[in-house]
Amino acid sequence: MPATDEMPLVRAAIDSHCGVEGAALPILLAVQETVGYIPDDALPMIAEALNVSRAEMHGIVSFYHDFRREPAGRHVVKLCRAEACQAMGGREVAERLSRKLGVDFGETSPDGRVTLEAVYCLGLCACAPAVMVDGRVVGRLDGEAAERIAKEVQA
Amino acid sequence: MSIRVFVPGDAGAVAVGADAVAVELEELALERGFAIDIVRNGSRGLYWLEPLVEVETQARRMAYGPVRPEDVASLLDAGMLEGGRHALSLGPTEEIPFLMQQTRLTFARCGVVDPRSLGDYRAHGGYEGLTKALTMQPAEIVEQVKASGLRGRGGAGFPTGIKWETVLNTPTDGKGAEQKYIVCNADEGDSGTYADRMLMEGDPFLLIEGMTIAGLAVGATKGYIYLRSEYPHAEIVTNAAIAAARHAGMLGADVSGSGKAFDLEVRMGAGAYVCGEETSLLESLEGKRGQVRAKPPLPAHKGLFGKPTVINNVLSFAAVPYILSEGAEAYRDFGMGRSRGTMPIQLAGNVKHGGVFEMAFGLTLGELVNDIGGGTASGRPVRAVQVGGPLGAYFPPSLFDTPFDYEALTARDGLLGHGGIVVFDDTVDMAAQARFAFEFCAIESCGKCTPCRLGAVRGTEVMDRVIAGTDVEANLTLVEDLCETMKLGSLCALGGFTPFPVMSALRHYPEDFGRAPERAAAAE
Repeated sequence: MPATDEMPLVRAAIDSHCGVEGAALPILLAVQETVGYIPDDALPMIAEALNVSRAEMHGIVSFYHDFRREPAGRHVVKLCRAEACQAMGGREVAERLSRKLGVDFGETSPDGRVTLEAVYCLGLCACAPAVMVDGRVVGRLDGEAAERIAKEVQA
Repeated sequence: MSIRVFVPGDAGAVAVGADAVAVELEELALERGFAIDIVRNGSRGLYWLEPLVEVETQARRMAYGPVRPEDVASLLDAGMLEGGRHALSLGPTEEIPFLMQQTRLTFARCGVVDPRSLGDYRAHGGYEGLTKALTMQPAEIVEQVKASGLRGRGGAGFPTGIKWETVLNTPTDGKGAEQKYIVCNADEGDSGTYADRMLMEGDPFLLIEGMTIAGLAVGATKGYIYLRSEYPHAEIVTNAAIAAARHAGMLGADVSGSGKAFDLEVRMGAGAYVCGEETSLLESLEGKRGQVRAKPPLPAHKGLFGKPTVINNVLSFAAVPYILSEGAEAYRDFGMGRSRGTMPIQLAGNVKHGGVFEMAFGLTLGELVNDIGGGTASGRPVRAVQVGGPLGAYFPPSLFDTPFDYEALTARDGLLGHGGIVVFDDTVDMAAQARFAFEFCAIESCGKCTPCRLGAVRGTEVMDRVIAGTDVEANLTLVEDLCETMKLGSLCALGGFTPFPVMSALRHYPEDFGRAPERAAAAE
């Protein structure tokens, strides 16, 4: 998305949430949802609307794992790496998925196809290991399922 | 009349294919001219049988599972819609042993009702607790909750009634601002726990009712549910339920025609485990970094935006309607010692029968893991269970006689936490698990206090040296010393409890750390 299209979306997010109590997270979540990430230029706008300093705004954005400072890949794969998934072979699945996608956790592939992220618990601990692919949850993963997912998001 | 068929919309069921099953069922039924009405219910909590499809026959509900889309045709051939036999038949749902053995007070409706239907909720006894509460004085409601012995189900186990009483008795600031708040902690971040998610996806009106009763009890008119971003399904269902409750006048300016106001809003988190800590959650709700606050002041005195605030876990609020409708005594009669009522225990990880098992406190770990959970999913011997999430201790089978209650687990250097049990088989490397505990703490530390912020990073490094076999004894002494510092010096449970998994792993599995068992025994 060209940067010129982003700021009206940021403005809309500010306008629709600015009046609520504790508005920072609702605004940031809305920006991330519509723009896909939190652009640098959004921070002073949000800071001004909330009457906080830009430094404070930066502090808020950088605190939460979910907020991205640059666009994600076209597909986002969030693999659970917590204990219940570890107990069901999650470490092997993580390794295989990362190898097949050719990216490390926290990285986006150079072609912009896929971002691989670690999450700590999707609450699917009785059907572990689990992953969320573009918002779709998949449980009882094994190596083959991991490869299928890799193929799917690289297509 | 169409036949009601239940295909769970619970995220756990969806993760193993429930959506595809629902689509297949709908298409084939249409093709064959069957009139069916597919209800996307919550999960019954028998995850090894998901997707678990139920058919409402005249007598009772019949269960089939685990159903794959390709099974649907043969299920219809076998007369599933009349409850016919099939290889996937599980019989009447209520007679499945895993369910029959439970005492479901909080989860009585989960998986049974349509989670978006207020009518269904009422038809199954919903809002009876609120109806009772509306006839009572605030202090009487608080008294009931106190008398029930209910303790916070989020992990700390603080008596819920005392918390409510404190908020009830805290004067507002006298500057004309009369606001008090009810906040629900739905930031269920512990691995191995998913009862909050299930409940919000399967019976969200129960949480709404519990929070409304809390509002009446302490004089609060506004409530927030702080929900973690990893739970998008719960967000959708809960918001639908809130809208339905508001539409029916069960939330808003005039709750159930009582003249009393209470309204609710779901707020999403943004991926921070520490926001499950109550003061950090409040900071986050206020739109700040989710950094822990020093206590005092307690949230009951100065909570959200500095106002008196009740903050409880999903399961604590969800226990309240039963206490009001059936009476405090009925609830208190379950349980043992100072752990009263029931606990939805969550079996997870490498376990054959993973799922939610609600029961009065007091079963032993062994009964839960081996008898109810059926041992490991892999079929290998159980080597360790982690109880109470990533900050909970690891227990070996030699301690499986430990009863599942707050005090008994504490007495053995563990914690009950949010009631999750993660099972590991004999392939687990406990040194790697200890290292992970530090690593997780380092990733999720809010950074406010030094023992947690620095200790977790140093702990990970020292564990790396132990695992590499470098100067093992000296480094393990360092680990022990570090754990002591984190335990005593951290501001909240994240840094303060990370030593539980580390030290329990080291104590019970010294051989995984390159330490001879004799040396460990001598050190104790």
